[in-house]
Amino acid sequence: MKIYLKIWRQKDASSKGKIVDYTMNGIEGDMSFLEMLDILNEDLISKGEVPIEFDHDCREGICGSCSLQINGRPHGPDRLITVCQLHMRSFKDGDTIVIEPFRANAFPVIKDLIVDRNAFERIQQAGGFISVNTSGRTVDANSIPIRKENADKAFNAAACIGCGACVAACKNASAMLFTSAKVSQFALLPQGRIEAAERVQNMVRQMDLEGFGNCTNTGACEIECPKGISLENIARMNREYLGASIKG
Amino acid sequence: MGILDSKIPSGPLAEKWTKYKNEIDLVNPANKRNIDIIVVGTGLAGGSAAASFAELGYNVKTFCYQDSPRRAHSIAAQGGINASKNYQGDGDSDYRLFYDTVKGGDYRSREANVYRLAEVSGNIIDQCVSQGVPFARDYGGLLDNRSFGGVLVSRTFYAKGQTGQQLLLGAYAAMNRQIHRGKIKSYTRHEMLDLVIVDGKARGIITRNLITGEIERHSAHAVVIASGGYGNLFFLSTYAMGANVMAAWRTHRRGAFMANPCFTQIHPTCIPVSGEHQSKLTLMSESLRNDGRIWVPKRLEDAQAIREGKLKPTQLKEEDRDYYLERRYPAFGNLVPRDVASRAAKERCDAGYGVNKTGEAVYLDFDAAIMRYGSEKALTSGLKNTDDGHIRKLGEEVVEAKYGNLFQMYEKIVDENPYKTPMMIYPAVHYTMGGLWVDYNLQTTIPGCYAAGEANFSDHGANRLGASALMQGLADGYFVLPYTIGDFLADDIRTGPIPTDSVEFDKVEKDVLDKINKLMSANGTHSVDYYHKKLGKIMWNKCGMSRNVKGLKEAVEEIAALRKDFWENVKVPGAADDKNQELEKAGRVADFLELGELFAMDALERNESCGGHFREEYQTPEGEALRDDKNFKFVSAWEYKGEPKDAKLHKENLIYENIELKTRSYK
Repeated sequence: MKIYLKIWRQKDASSKGKIVDYTMNGIEGDMSFLEMLDILNEDLISKGEVPIEFDHDCREGICGSCSLQINGRPHGPDRLITVCQLHMRSFKDGDTIVIEPFRANAFPVIKDLIVDRNAFERIQQAGGFISVNTSGRTVDANSIPIRKENADKAFNAAACIGCGACVAACKNASAMLFTSAKVSQFALLPQGRIEAAERVQNMVRQMDLEGFGNCTNTGACEIECPKGISLENIARMNREYLGASIKG
Repeated sequence: MGILDSKIPSGPLAEKWTKYKNEIDLVNPANKRNIDIIVVGTGLAGGSAAASFAELGYNVKTFCYQDSPRRAHSIAAQGGINASKNYQGDGDSDYRLFYDTVKGGDYRSREANVYRLAEVSGNIIDQCVSQGVPFARDYGGLLDNRSFGGVLVSRTFYAKGQTGQQLLLGAYAAMNRQIHRGKIKSYTRHEMLDLVIVDGKARGIITRNLITGEIERHSAHAVVIASGGYGNLFFLSTYAMGANVMAAWRTHRRGAFMANPCFTQIHPTCIPVSGEHQSKLTLMSESLRNDGRIWVPKRLEDAQAIREGKLKPTQLKEEDRDYYLERRYPAFGNLVPRDVASRAAKERCDAGYGVNKTGEAVYLDFDAAIMRYGSEKALTSGLKNTDDGHIRKLGEEVVEAKYGNLFQMYEKIVDENPYKTPMMIYPAVHYTMGGLWVDYNLQTTIPGCYAAGEANFSDHGANRLGASALMQGLADGYFVLPYTIGDFLADDIRTGPIPTDSVEFDKVEKDVLDKINKLMSANGTHSVDYYHKKLGKIMWNKCGMSRNVKGLKEAVEEIAALRKDFWENVKVPGAADDKNQELEKAGRVADFLELGELFAMDALERNESCGGHFREEYQTPEGEALRDDKNFKFVSAWEYKGEPKDAKLHKENLIYENIELKTRSYK
């Protein structure tokens, strides 16, 4: 396949970026999208040019490092996958592909396609935990039975990989899906109920401080989420938040 | 004992850890506030250790090359975590978990360490549940278990196919709580480039800020290396692309011994290599072997027809299939340990029965499981006289609930539906049992420098059993290091902060800068990946699933020549004082090029077959590994002496007082 690429290049956080054109020949369908970029980078290195920087690590869709906006969509055209699981068979000969970093005020560009997602870290630090010490001197694991339905729902929320696709997909750059996933995981478990009120208030406060936008229920985040995190979590977070505010 | 004192406490096996904890020195809570600890790596071992140290009151600094601690590669572990809870009432106990692990490791691990691991395993589950880790549960609300390879009980706790993710996020949450309190300072996008030793003790590290390129000095009273394994030495592996040996290797260069470097785990069920462009391999969890049956065609002509696309696997009748694991190992069947399953797949493919284009793949088939689950579901749903089609549909739903994410991952990569046609799998490099040598305290041969998780060598011998890596990482971090590190730090309550403007820091920083300048100024012709791929090929062909004297000797020479070429001809574009992923890779590959040679030397030295180390010269007539307990019942620990070829071998003899050494049999 012949593929035309338009890729965002930006030297560092303070420089201005621009789209640069590249043409790739001999691309096979079995190649992953990132392997296609590997080949481009090898080519750039051999020409003495600086290769394109992008975040990636596990290359099996679980670490959440990938953060590419492909033809305007986070993680590209396929659903329920990250960029590293996207294969070139999703494109056809002669296609033009635009590759940009995830765009949000709260995710400043570091270089080329790499963004700074420390805002997510600070939201988790504000309350994304249960305050138990790691001494192991807790109760026996089976002394806390949990309805399977709730355990499964908590798991589904906990499957968030923190990539930021929800923010990049949202016209308001809202981090509600990300934040609500952690709030929901703990709200659904008896262990997490104890601090539920403080948790939701602290995490939402930090989310707002970071400059993420508000939620207007368009649902784009759920569509683009590689792990299929459900909008239900946002509804649950809103309920939790309201409940916590009323209680004071 | 000499310098290799394993410091195993005296007394009966089951009482050693308790007795030891009662006797070691403690640091009082007020004094902990004056003591700093550096933790390199934030996976299960590093993350759990950092959180626990901070809770105890120490000041902790963590370092990871990723943009968040949550992205460490522990996140990718799929299948589960072992614990001797005996919730299933199937006869499990601490002793049985200990026994299975020592036997699974082919009698090349330390009894006392493994027993301690089994002893704390139950606590890990309690701990994680109280942290909100959403393990799988049954309809009664209690925790569910499954089986893994090499054992006859169900002791594996899991969270779908994302157990590593959930456990890591638990440790990450515990870290976040401490970061929020200011007890942990988390340095992300930072890489440790060297270890600083002051007066014989590990007192700091030199790092590179991966965004700005800045070289930084960090001091502490102790340093914990929890930077994972070195399987990326093989280029193609199931490791993350950035996983590397830098922290461990540079610690080795400063005096920590490297133990059993040739003990590598080649995992039997990975998606096969598809072409030259391939950058990494993807694991399909061992849990799939609970329900999947592994086979190749019985007849060579059928295998050939399948390779040529003229025959589909589903067209092959039951009697024309060779379920070779069930045939060779009736007692354990498809759940033999990983090393055994991998070698058996290689044996069939080498004999010409491989089923993909390259001839290097076998089938993992879920058809029988789908029909079995479907029938059961039909029964419990009160459906009578249902047809096969309906039963199949019900069965597929059950399989999806158990392994859905793995099946989806497979389909995305291979572009085939594994519910309808059997998966194709082949072994791939997955884990390294070798690592920094540590004593019972998890301290390396450098005082004050500790190693935890996959970065150390301690618990898995020559082969790791499935679902034991998560157990070991968390045991080291939550329950072992928080005690043992106090024994060392008790001497430091009056030391005060370690200054970074000393001659020791000056010297190590200069070494680091010289190395970077040398890499940047080579200005050669080949990229870093060019060398990495070449090294990977040598490793896979000559130090992989089966090894022999000739190949290993060639590997030693070829790697040394490749390393020389690398330093003369590598090309690193960009600048050192800038974000530069090529420079990051260059430093990592430079270390792999040294470790690779030591790896081959270690494999050459060990004239026996054990666990994942299979030397062709030492096998039984049936092709099983032939151990030599008389001459090789030891841990090889290598001391750095300049060039890898000059490394000096030390031996720690392994003593078995509680387990009788037997030929490992899974028949």
